[in-house]
Amino acid sequence: MNVKTQAEKGYWVVKLEGRLDISNSSQFEQECMQWIEQGQRRFILDLGGLEYISSAGLRSILAATKKLKAQKGSLSLCALSGLVEEVVTVSGFDNILQVYPDLTQAMAEE
Amino acid sequence: METVERTFVANLATIPSMMEFVSATAEAFGVHPKRIMHLELAVEEATANICSYAYEIPPGEVTIKISREIEMFRIELIDSGVPFDPMAMEAPDLKAELESRQVGGLGVFLIRRMLDDVHYSRSGTQNVLSLAVRYGEK
Repeated sequence: MNVKTQAEKGYWVVKLEGRLDISNSSQFEQECMQWIEQGQRRFILDLGGLEYISSAGLRSILAATKKLKAQKGSLSLCALSGLVEEVVTVSGFDNILQVYPDLTQAMAEE
Repeated sequence: METVERTFVANLATIPSMMEFVSATAEAFGVHPKRIMHLELAVEEATANICSYAYEIPPGEVTIKISREIEMFRIELIDSGVPFDPMAMEAPDLKAELESRQVGGLGVFLIRRMLDDVHYSRSGTQNVLSLAVRYGEK
């Protein structure tokens, strides 16, 4: 998986490309925890380039979201499609996380 | 009916090879790309359970047997671990608030929702989890 980060308009935008699965979800979770320790509080995960996610991937996002909430931060998702959108919806994660159609709306509405 | 099978060491590091074996075979057998993603997800979720919990002294083995049935593309995941029926697991609470949300059980729930036919059987000393999709988009 490719991970690109960018600070933009007060948000910490994390672009994920490829697959977030059992082989890399722990590493991704650790990266999120490091960004939080470094002081990032308003995360937007841009999943436009993500093709695949499993429950292990969801677990890492959930862990980061819980940590952020405890620090009065936030995490939202944007640009979901295909299997990723299906998995997020079927799991009911769209009830506990803010989900936006694209990055512009995620930055505008939160 | 055409069948292919391969046996893997049951540890988390070999899961990508198991997924690759299933998706390459599914592609060769003409399964729709969208359904191949569903299969990959089911294989990851199910084999993660086997690799983590099936063997008292890990790693054991898991055999993946693939059958090209007329209407369905079927995978059987076979292990010789402790008896475990994943289908008997309770569904996760999908309405739980963020703070109390758990991911345990979600993998099995996803398998059930994404595939067309899922069932478990205990055959002698083996667990057999049968997972199938139709060939078309849906």
